[in-house]
This record gives sequence, C-alpha cells and structure tokens, in this order.
Amino acid sequence: MPIEVRNITHIYSKGMPEESVALSDVSFHVDDGCFLGIIGHTGSGKSTLLQHLNGLLKPDDGQIIVDGVDITAPKTKMVDIRKKVGLVFQYPEYQLFEEDVKTDVAFGPKNLGLSEEEIDLRVRESIELVGLNYDEIKDVSPFDLSGGQKRRVAIAGVIAMRPKVLILDEPTAGLDPKAHRELLDTIVEIHETISSIVVLVSHDMNDVARLTDKVLVMENGRLAMESRPEEIFAEGDALEEMGLGLPDVTGLMYELKKCGIEVGEGIFSPEAAAEEIAKALR
Amino acid sequence: MIRDITLGQYYQGESVIHKLDPRTKIIATICYIVALFVVDSFIGFGIATAALIIVIAMSRVPVSFILRGLKPIFLILLFTFVLNLFVYDGHVLFRIGFLKITDEGVYKATFMAARLILLIIGSSMLTLTTKPISLTDGIESLLSPFRRFGLPAHELAMMMTIALRFIPTLIDETDKIMKAQQARGADFESGNIFNRAKSLLPILIPLFISAFRIAQDMAMAMEARCYRGGEGRTRMHKMEYEKRDYIAAVIVVLFFAIIIFERIYI
Repeated sequence: MPIEVRNITHIYSKGMPEESVALSDVSFHVDDGCFLGIIGHTGSGKSTLLQHLNGLLKPDDGQIIVDGVDITAPKTKMVDIRKKVGLVFQYPEYQLFEEDVKTDVAFGPKNLGLSEEEIDLRVRESIELVGLNYDEIKDVSPFDLSGGQKRRVAIAGVIAMRPKVLILDEPTAGLDPKAHRELLDTIVEIHETISSIVVLVSHDMNDVARLTDKVLVMENGRLAMESRPEEIFAEGDALEEMGLGLPDVTGLMYELKKCGIEVGEGIFSPEAAAEEIAKALR
Repeated sequence: MIRDITLGQYYQGESVIHKLDPRTKIIATICYIVALFVVDSFIGFGIATAALIIVIAMSRVPVSFILRGLKPIFLILLFTFVLNLFVYDGHVLFRIGFLKITDEGVYKATFMAARLILLIIGSSMLTLTTKPISLTDGIESLLSPFRRFGLPAHELAMMMTIALRFIPTLIDETDKIMKAQQARGADFESGNIFNRAKSLLPILIPLFISAFRIAQDMAMAMEARCYRGGEGRTRMHKMEYEKRDYIAAVIVVLFFAIIIFERIYI
C-alpha cells in the first residue's frame, strides 16, 4: 500500500490576519514495507503533515494518494481512510475514556462497524501485540494503569483497526529508558505483523537512525531533505543548522574525523563504531 | 467553530472606552443591563440602542467582529423568539394545528429578542474593550468592601482569572482530543441528536481528566511560588480613577435617568 504525496500545501487561518503557511509544496513517496522517519524541529510542519496523511486535515492544494485512492478528494469516505491509516498522536494516553481497557481498545473497531466476534478477536490480538497480558488487563480501568501501560493501551486502540499504515507522533516522549526501548521493539513488531508502512516522528536521532529505511527532514513547512538515514546523517552541518542533531555514535565519529582520525561515515551502532575505531588505531 | 465566540474575547484597541477604568466599565455595564429590564417600550429600546451604537463607535471595535460573536448565540435567540411567539394569548393572527400565533405573541417575541440582542452586545462590549486581567482586577476591587461580610473577593477574582487564562488551553486540548478520537473512527457530524450526544463522551471524559490534571499542576506551580491568597498582596498596575471615568459616570447616570423618565412618563 504505497503512499504518494503530491505538492501539498496547507495554510492555517487562510484569509485572516494571522494566516500562516504550515506546509508548502511537499511531495514524497513511500513504498510498501518502508519504515519512514520524519524529523524536524518544533513548528516545522511535521504534525500538520501527519494529520494530512489520514484525512484529519485537508490540503489547500495538492493530492495524497494512499493505495491508489485519492484521500484528498471531497467524496472520499473518512472511515475508509481511517481503516487504512492509523494515527497515534503525541501523548495518546490522554484520549482514553472508557471504563475498562477492552472497551477502550474496542472503540476504533466498533466505529468501523465490525461484528462482535471480530472486535473481540482484534482487541485481544492488539493488546497482546503491544506487550500486555490480555486476561490480566482487560477489565482494569485505563486510568489505574502506569504511564507506559496507558500509552500501550492507547496504541492498541489504534492498531485494533488494523491499519496498513501506522503513523506515530513522538510515541516515546516522556517515557523512561526501559519503556522507551520496549515500545520501540513493539513498534518494530507491529511493522512486521500488521502495518506494512510505519511512519515515526521523533526527536531522538538514535531511534531514527537505527529503525528507519528512509528519512524526511522538514524545515519551515518544506521538505528539506529526503533520503536514506546514512545519507541524511552524513550531513551533520546542515542538520545542525536546522536545529537538529546527529545520533550519538554518528556525532562521535564526526568529531573523531575532525580530529584527524580516519573513520568511515554513516555509522549508527556502537558495535560498528568500535570496529571502525579499532581499524583506525591499528 | 468554538473560536468564534466573542463573549469574553478582547479586541486590542487604544480608544477612550478601552482606557476607562475597568471598575467604571463594569458598573456602567451593570447599569446598562438593569436599564434594559427597566425599559418596557420600543422607544426605550431605541434610546438604549442609540447609546450602544455611540459606545461601539467610540470603541472603534469593528461591527463585523461584534456580530461574529453573536453567531453562536443566534440559535438561542431564535429559540426564545419562537417560544415567545406561541405562548401568549391575544388576538389570533395565525393557526397551525394546536399552535397559534397572536399579535401579543409577536409583540412579546420581538420585544424579548430585542432585549436579548442588546443584552449580549452590551455585555460583550465590556469584555471586548477590557483585558480579562483588568476585568478581574476590577471585579476584585469592586467586591473588596464585601470582604468584611466574609466574601472571598480575592479568591473569586483569582478563580476567574485562572478560568479565563485556561479557555484557550482547553480549546486546544478539545481540538487535540477530537482529532485523536476521529483518528479512531469516531464520527461527530452525523446521526441523530442522541447518537451525537453519546459521541461526545469520548471527548468530554478525556477533557475533564485533562482539566483536572492541568488544575493540579497549576495549583502546585502557584504554591511553589509561595502563593497564599490575597492578604497583603500588592499589585503591579494600580487602578486609579481619572477624569474620563468621572465623565463616564455622569453620562451613565444621565442615561439611566432618561430610561427611568421614559418608563414613567412616556
């Protein structure tokens, strides 16, 4: 289910004195099976872009084609888009509202008009998939859970709709290192099982470098770069200028190179870095 | 949609009306509202309308801006109008089944609608020309004489300030939650009235929880900065009556006198 974004432009409060251009002429293409990363500093248009991908916002100009369907066309049914594209907002735990976990997770599938059995099946499957024990947690109030568990339940609520495209806006914000790591593992698992395309917005360059196949860099509502992570993170100076950083390991290699030690570029993992340094020291 | 509400919205300006002491404006507004209930004829409403037009002109707030604020209240207005149209007895003009429209009904309905419109525009002039913060300062100052009777004037004013401060925050929060639920396939636009009311639950519950969370954070932040009520608190902007406030007071008294005179003698 490829996504094709063609020249989309979005202007907030059009025609008002406070008019501002949030996106201007953004185009890109995402292939099936891709794990896409989007980076950019706060206010660069990332969130606006995400909301376009599942039809919450309509572009003022341009088209978005998901799986051959133009979702920007006026007659497109919203339910059909949301069946295909799931969006997990920042701090998704703030959207929980039902009295127990299973009903909350069932909210999405119920809105899709599925049968009872199908809903039950999906609820169980998605709760297990996000790493929680269904039988233990199904009747617990979502408000009695820990922060990390709440977030998992909220994500389960989106993947229970079995979206082929899953978009996550800073899913790890505010989590402790352990919950952070576990959640990313879960996302990788979702990518392998349910959603053939995952779009991850993150400020954590380590995660982006480690997980993604392709990275979009947003700046002032424009698409500044679009490439494989190795190539993006080889542009240390350009990223710095945009208020972005490098993955820790890549940053280290970059500094080593500046000091005259001959190491390669595009290295993200500590293991690969160690090997490079050892080679240079030999 | 929610952003259109003018009630409680400030329009930046430098006019005489803007510069008046908030206390003067609050009292003037109360007088105006009382006057609207004293009035019992269309001549009286004519005078009240003229007064309002003068104030609007002086404040230089664009009329389109004021009318935009009236839009959300239009439904209530229409509802009162229609309701009033049917409930009064009198000479029957029109009959649909058991419903009848009488001349008295038409008169009363128009009368009430005129009163409501003036009431809304009149009171929104206060909030349009006064910053929310000066408004609450004014209320606090006006209520402080009642402190000796146990009225918590400062606390009330502080509560209002905080409530006003959080309106935009809660609007943003509502917007976020609505979008999150829409992304889960929630539909707020179609279905009958019961389904629609039910579809609000997924918004209201998270919104309430957010509001409590925000309130708790706010309370802690205030305590961390040693807030301990109004006792002995000094302020950065001291309110003082100036010449224009006295002139305004005279005008308000005159206006009120005319309204009472009209009620009794015309």
